[in-house]
Amino acid sequence: MISVSSFYISLLLFLIYLQAFFIFNQKGEVLISRLYRTDFKRSIADVFRIQVVSNSDVRSPIITLGSTSFFHVRVNNLYVVAVTKTNANAALVFEFCYRFINICKSYFGKMDEESIKNNFVVVYELVDEINDFGYPQNSEIDTLKTYITTESVVSATQAPEVSSRITAQATGATSWRRSGDDVKYKKNEAFVDVVEVVNWMGSAKGTTLRADVDGHIQMRAYLSGTPECKFGLNDKLVIDRGAVGTSGPSSGLADRGGGDAVELDDCQFHQCVRLNDFDADRSISFIPPDGEFELMRYRATSNIKLPLKVIPTVTEIGTTKVSYDITLKTTFSAKLSATNVVVRIPTPLNTTDVDVGILGTGKAKYVPAENVIVWKIARLQGGQECSLSAMAQLTSTTTRQVWARPPIDVDFQVLMFTASGLIVRFLKVFEKSNYHSIKWVRYLTKANGGYQVRDSLIKDVHMCIDRIAHFS
Amino acid sequence: MSIKAPRKGENYELSVDLNSEYREKRKDAIKRVIASMTVGKDVSGLFPDVLKNMQTDDLEQKKLVYLYLMNYAKTQPELVILAVNTFVKDSDDPNPLVRALAIRTMGVLRAEKIIDYLCDPLQKCLRDENPYVRKTAALCVAKLYDLKPELVIDNGFLEQLHEMIADSNPMVVANTVAALTDIHIAASSQSSISSNDPALFPISSSILTKLLIALNECSEWGRVAILNALARYVAKDDKESEHICERVVPQFQHVNGSVVLAAVKVIMIHMRGVRREDLIKQLVRKMAPPLVTLLSSPPEVQWVALRNINLLLQKRPDILSNEMRVFFCKYNDPLYVKVEKLDIMVRLAGENNVDALLSELKEYASEVDVDFVRKSIKAIGQTAIKIDAAAERCVHVLLDLIDTRVSYVVQEAVVVMKDIFRKYPSTYEGIIPTLCANLDELDEPEAKASLIWIIGEYANKIDNADELLGIFVDTFTEESYPVQLQTLTAVVKLFLKKPDSSQGIVQRILNTATKDCDSPDVRDRAYIYWRLLSTDPGAAKAVVLAQRPPISIPRTTVAPALLEELLGEVSSLASVYHKPEETFVGKGRVGAESLQRRTDAPDDRFSTQKALQTVAAGQQAENLLDFDDAPAVEGRPSGLAATEVLSHTPAAANLLAGTSSNPLDDLVSIFGAPATPAPPSANSHDIFGGLGVNSAFSSVGTGSLGSPAVQSPSVAVPPLQKNQQPEDDLLGLF
Repeated sequence: MISVSSFYISLLLFLIYLQAFFIFNQKGEVLISRLYRTDFKRSIADVFRIQVVSNSDVRSPIITLGSTSFFHVRVNNLYVVAVTKTNANAALVFEFCYRFINICKSYFGKMDEESIKNNFVVVYELVDEINDFGYPQNSEIDTLKTYITTESVVSATQAPEVSSRITAQATGATSWRRSGDDVKYKKNEAFVDVVEVVNWMGSAKGTTLRADVDGHIQMRAYLSGTPECKFGLNDKLVIDRGAVGTSGPSSGLADRGGGDAVELDDCQFHQCVRLNDFDADRSISFIPPDGEFELMRYRATSNIKLPLKVIPTVTEIGTTKVSYDITLKTTFSAKLSATNVVVRIPTPLNTTDVDVGILGTGKAKYVPAENVIVWKIARLQGGQECSLSAMAQLTSTTTRQVWARPPIDVDFQVLMFTASGLIVRFLKVFEKSNYHSIKWVRYLTKANGGYQVRDSLIKDVHMCIDRIAHFS
Repeated sequence: MSIKAPRKGENYELSVDLNSEYREKRKDAIKRVIASMTVGKDVSGLFPDVLKNMQTDDLEQKKLVYLYLMNYAKTQPELVILAVNTFVKDSDDPNPLVRALAIRTMGVLRAEKIIDYLCDPLQKCLRDENPYVRKTAALCVAKLYDLKPELVIDNGFLEQLHEMIADSNPMVVANTVAALTDIHIAASSQSSISSNDPALFPISSSILTKLLIALNECSEWGRVAILNALARYVAKDDKESEHICERVVPQFQHVNGSVVLAAVKVIMIHMRGVRREDLIKQLVRKMAPPLVTLLSSPPEVQWVALRNINLLLQKRPDILSNEMRVFFCKYNDPLYVKVEKLDIMVRLAGENNVDALLSELKEYASEVDVDFVRKSIKAIGQTAIKIDAAAERCVHVLLDLIDTRVSYVVQEAVVVMKDIFRKYPSTYEGIIPTLCANLDELDEPEAKASLIWIIGEYANKIDNADELLGIFVDTFTEESYPVQLQTLTAVVKLFLKKPDSSQGIVQRILNTATKDCDSPDVRDRAYIYWRLLSTDPGAAKAVVLAQRPPISIPRTTVAPALLEELLGEVSSLASVYHKPEETFVGKGRVGAESLQRRTDAPDDRFSTQKALQTVAAGQQAENLLDFDDAPAVEGRPSGLAATEVLSHTPAAANLLAGTSSNPLDDLVSIFGAPATPAPPSANSHDIFGGLGVNSAFSSVGTGSLGSPAVQSPSVAVPPLQKNQQPEDDLLGLF
């Protein structure tokens, strides 16, 4: 019990977030600088330029020099930098930096040097609005857009009552949504997009080293008034619970049983979702923001259905040739298809030329600048199979070159397929005016640079033993 | 003058435009002024011109002028006073956004003159009907306190803030909590603070209730502020701890990683008070998935999460026991993420998942980044030492790696191999020929020294050991000191094991080492050996060929007391660095006084002593682990060395520079006061007499350490890797 009180004091010294905020370009020039506290001089920017921007070997996103810590995030050709002299909350600072980046992307369409320079007035407005005295404030993009805009016409004519409404939204219990009567749609619609990024790492032998799904459910809600939504998935824990209890009103779905249910390792929700409800009975209820938002993210690792199988055979023939045989197989039904399939097959660094042949569909070519064979298939129907065979010619080098053997990477999209098996069971909308609403659901599974198989370059190493110790 | 002219011209142009009769032109000029300000040009001369544009209906223009004011108010205090009227007027504007803007800006102007005018508007704004204005005003109180604390106290703003904790608007509550905490921190860094100072913000149980209600309603950042406040609450009994944990757990499902980590922190703190085993189990179980999910965040957040997971695992190794696969490195992970994952994977390694781990590590060892490759190979060695059953598999992987004949891979593998020999003596002698086959490849001192150690250790089983060591004896003077020291010891071992055939080589090396060597350490060691060998070969044998204590992987990398402290600060910079904040925060607001305060608390004294003891023990244990020969010779200095560090190193200086990696220093810094642990009782033993070698050892090993020496948790670096270094220091003491 001593432990609780004896660490009491140390905790007190930890709350301040960030004390200064900068944006640098690639050359280390300051584009935006905002000092929230006075503990800094402007020259602090020079320190960052010297220590990080012009240092080619930065091995940590946080650098502490003396008592000053620099948190930086690189985005395109910019550095977003937060500075503090305290024992700051590192996770919060980085989350804040990324939120800022997202806000900029949403406002200017992209975040790069040009867009920041052209909109620096808005950027300053934003920086001051989302952070006061180092403490992050409301950073909901939807709300911010109601009173900080890229056109400078609003404010002068803005009536106080409009402002009152905005401020109420910016601070309210539902800070993400304008108050009830403001939102009106002729047609009440809600679009749900289930997007799954499937990560897979296969070994050379074709076994799965790891497979998981990072899913997120994107929602576009065009619903009038203050709609109360209930959202249901084929979450195993919910289905099981339903099966145990008496077959209640949801009996229509109960017959599907637990076989189709998906086991979610973890879910995270938009702040509109009532977390206590979810904690109590895993129900997802919320008042949605108006327009587009990310309702939830989830992660699944069990029973992942891999849409594509990749079977590579890479053989080294002597020291001057490497042959590749790569086969792609689809595992989903013939009604579906994978689109934008791109397979990238790395070749050794001393490759001079590659002959490629294809069985099935697609086009392939060798890209010398990146040392890869790129194989593109616009559409691959379910049940189809295709393969590539290639022969890489190598220059004979005497020096042993270290080659990292990057994995073979596959990129694709499959519509109306979820690798986790997740299904949206229902989306119910309740509103006091009792209007009818139309809901749409789409599913998409894609790879995002994380669908990889390690190739098995069969190596041909001769051991030359010069000196052997003899045993007695 | 001629250099200044163009700049003057530019400012002159701006000043003309700022006074233009056209609105658009004026506004454009302000924008240009701000642009110049951003790139660091001095536009303070335009102060009066900019100020004229303050009174406007255009909210954007107003914001720009305010931005300018914030920047230059400090350098132009006389002129700021001209802006006061507009500020005061704005703080009464019908538009709440304007009111809030005025109060927000006034708070950061930091000019003495304007502060006195701030109090009245602030008073009003704290009671504003609009929550947006109230939440802005709440933070403004903190700004004012930062500037002139007495004004805050005299005007009763603190009482008002305390009332605002019960505000109906969750955002106002969150900012109020943030402001009160900010003031609390500022106040508690003063040395002359009394425990009932009004500026302090103790969390009472009535505040607790309000915070728990607001927690579920406010914005993500507000939740972090509230969770931080909850972390400070001292629960009355286990029921209350349970209640807090149960209320905070739903926050694990928040999409914002900082909310999740803040919730983890609160749970880790209040779990200490929970007595129900089932609840603890449940909390730990619920903690795992959100931690894993953090690995899908952007790399920087991931890194912060990984560093914290590393800490959490030291306290509760069971949290992620089934999740090792999620820590497998992705090819395109940034290096800092990969290195952290590597460490965690070894922590999670067990007999059930070691095969998967080894095939991963082998894969990593073929990547390009030398640093990462070396760390991967080290990880293989650590796995071998951690899991006895897997040692053989690890050795096979290492052999495969040695086969690649990539120089740094081979060298690192040799270094790692030495540790494996150390842990499993006489088990893998069969691979010694393979290692020796790579003798020519080695050019790094550590690898050379490791191989030499192995040869010396198994000299009696290697037929041509004298020939192999002869290579190093030939080049003795050109080698680095660690290699020289190791060669010296290995040759003496060889001589003791095979006295007949190696008389010549031992004579030669003792001669070279005592005559031609410029390192006093090497010379001294050679003299000691020489004397030992000439006076009493039996004693020499007992000393040089003594049984070595077994080694193991430390379960924790920081001292237990520090670990507890860091777990109370999850997601902070301190928890990322695994160091107490004094090591990097410096003098600022939290300086020496706060250190002093810590030692004043009576509760702390107990843990201070306890922690220092642990550290002293750890320090000795580290030394014990490090010597690889002649334990008795070093048994004594290890105690002395520990004392030495304490009395001679100005620990504080080290800390402020943030350079210390010595766990001892860290601990000293927490408690601020110099302390001298009692030297171990080994002093009385005659180390040259060959007497009581074992007893001296055991007294150091168990008696005075108070903990099993080898597993002492405060060893910062797995000790095996730095084989020679402390030895140098120690022998230097003679």
